[in-house]
Amino acid sequence: MRDKTAALAGTSDPATLIGRIIVYFVLIVAAVFFLIPFFVMIMTSIKSMNDIRTGYLISLPREITIEAWVKAWDSACTGINCEGMKNYFWNSVRMVIPSVIISTLIGAVNGYIFSKWRFKGSETFFSFLLLGCFIPFQVILLPMSQTLGLIGLGQSIYGLIFVHIVYGLPFTTLFFRNYYVTIPDEIIKAAKIDGAGFFRIFRKVILPVSLPIFVVAIIWQTTQIWNDFLFGVAFSGSDSQPITVALNNLVNTSTGVKEYNVDMAAAIIAGLPTLFVYIVAGKYFLRGLVAGAVKG
Amino acid sequence: MASLTVSNIRKKFGNQEVLKGVSLSVKSGEFLVLVGPSGCGKSTLLNLIAGLETINSGEIRIDDQVVNDIRPKDRDIAMVFQSYALYPSMNVRKNLSFGLETRGVPKAQIEETIRHVAQILQISELLNRKPSQLSGGQRQRVAMGRALARDPAIFLFDEPLSNLDAKLRVEMRTEIKELHQRIKTTIVYVTHDQIEAMTLADRIAVMKDGFIHQFDTPQQLYDNPANLFVAGFIGSPAMNFIPCRLVNQGNQTGVMLENKAGRSFFMPVEQHDLDVKKWLDQEVILGIRPERIASGFYEQEGNPMIHEIECIVEVLEPTGPDTLVFVIINDSKVTCRVSPHAVKAPGESMKLMIDMSKALLFDPGTGQRIENQTAGSTGCT
Ligand SMILES: Nc1ncnc2c1ncn2[C@@H]1O[C@H](COP(=O)(O)OP(=O)(O)OP(=O)(O)O)[C@@H](O)[C@H]1O
Ligand SMILES: [Mg+2]
Repeated sequence: MRDKTAALAGTSDPATLIGRIIVYFVLIVAAVFFLIPFFVMIMTSIKSMNDIRTGYLISLPREITIEAWVKAWDSACTGINCEGMKNYFWNSVRMVIPSVIISTLIGAVNGYIFSKWRFKGSETFFSFLLLGCFIPFQVILLPMSQTLGLIGLGQSIYGLIFVHIVYGLPFTTLFFRNYYVTIPDEIIKAAKIDGAGFFRIFRKVILPVSLPIFVVAIIWQTTQIWNDFLFGVAFSGSDSQPITVALNNLVNTSTGVKEYNVDMAAAIIAGLPTLFVYIVAGKYFLRGLVAGAVKG
Repeated sequence: MASLTVSNIRKKFGNQEVLKGVSLSVKSGEFLVLVGPSGCGKSTLLNLIAGLETINSGEIRIDDQVVNDIRPKDRDIAMVFQSYALYPSMNVRKNLSFGLETRGVPKAQIEETIRHVAQILQISELLNRKPSQLSGGQRQRVAMGRALARDPAIFLFDEPLSNLDAKLRVEMRTEIKELHQRIKTTIVYVTHDQIEAMTLADRIAVMKDGFIHQFDTPQQLYDNPANLFVAGFIGSPAMNFIPCRLVNQGNQTGVMLENKAGRSFFMPVEQHDLDVKKWLDQEVILGIRPERIASGFYEQEGNPMIHEIECIVEVLEPTGPDTLVFVIINDSKVTCRVSPHAVKAPGESMKLMIDMSKALLFDPGTGQRIENQTAGSTGCT
């Protein structure tokens, strides 16, 4: 494969060359197209209000100021209270970390069971679990809020965590199962004969080769849960709203002038963690999606 | 060391019955080879012995203990898998020690065992490598080492050599045989390679379609196969099967063979068995191994069982020590093993000697042997 591309790169065939130019052109245009909004957001967030009123949307800032960032973080009004995004940011962090960890771990054990410890009816059970991937959020809003009320988790961050774990399980289970089926069953048999049981095999044999799929599951869950708005609106209390809900409130709060620079700064703050996760672990994401567990 | 007895076991997957009543008994220290075509249930049988699958009916005993309901880890067996099944995240040392650690063997003793096993299998230099850094042959050794380290009562091998190249396979075959002669542990060894079976086994069980067709020593299987399947499966190149008619000529019973030119030759068969008489003037299948049709035999003068036949040479396949000559007899292709200097060119006519003393007769309907089989070989079904 690599040889082939190398050979292609070295070719002087004009048709290939033109093809190449077209491909790069399209890629660059697409990249610019997707980057411009983000660029505009950053530029706007470091402008002063005066600058914004007098300049164009895409003009560069005349002077750079972090005022808007400070305000967005610390004192912007979201509805009636004016404490900025900081509390909501931490709300989101407190919500995301446990839900990601728990849903990923349970998903790993589920996937291990569905691939290596099949029982009578486990395939059917797995199919039902997969249905969970296709249920639209809206459908479960009412029944879920009733359930949360019943178990005493309504309007709290724990309720949100619970919902995100439950809603994430079909996905994490699917990821791990599909990864673990590529581990040969004979390895499990060998471990059984070696005397290891369910958890010892999981810990000593399975987990050590699971890093790529953990990365996939964690990235997926982190972005899903961090970016979620609907569950956040529906199930959180006033002191447990996640940052997405707060951002919406901030943008919609109309007291006098619309402060675009604050809005933009707040939006970037809300988006930074997911961006960060992709930059740090993104290359493992693709690798993990296509990797089998055991090479050779 | 332990003996192993398998009595009439059956195994179903869904409604497909894979094992249909299999019985075997392996003596303590014996090397048993299970051989048969792909999909005949060899691995399934091995998994049942190991306890990795549950049997539907029947009984498995190790020494005098019924182990049907005993878990794999408590059966005192070790298994080597076709894919080696090394733990990918552990280095060789860890792979060898995993089973011992799980069983709570003291550290010092584990160290000692690993050193010993690594030395036997010559993998001492590989102890710190991961399985992905090993060649096929090295992985195979480590897989055997993992089994050896446990020092079990019974070894189970599931086609351990089938992923190796031809040369390495022959080398490892010899090593396994030497190993067995040294440690003398009971071994059940699965393969679909009949040469491996012949060279390694004390006794061979030939399986097909969930049955054991014959369970005997290699030489008995070779000389006295119970049916067409076993006869054709054991031996390479395979035994010739020639359809022919059993007739009386003078006071002798024999078969008529006809060459391509339409000339007939009478070949007498051994008559120590009365059963043969029942088949007079009926179609039978003559089974004769390629090395029994040659340009000549030692002491053939006056041997009443050696007769001449003349055939046109069709194709030649030199193997080095012998050349395989293909001729047509009774409209079927027949392989003969001829010494190279006596070979004629394709298209030419050639005189061949057939040694009928080892010829076998089969029932064309059932495929079973017609003659009484000497020595205690048994067809199981
Ligand atoms: N877990 C299973 N579920 C359903 N069918 C199975 C299972 N394991 C084996 N079989 C079936 O049982 C039959 C025997 O399989 P087995 O693996 O024992 O064959 P084998 O003799 O070892 O063949 P090979 O030489 O190819 O390894 C096959 O038809 C196979 O499809
Ligand atoms: Mg098999």
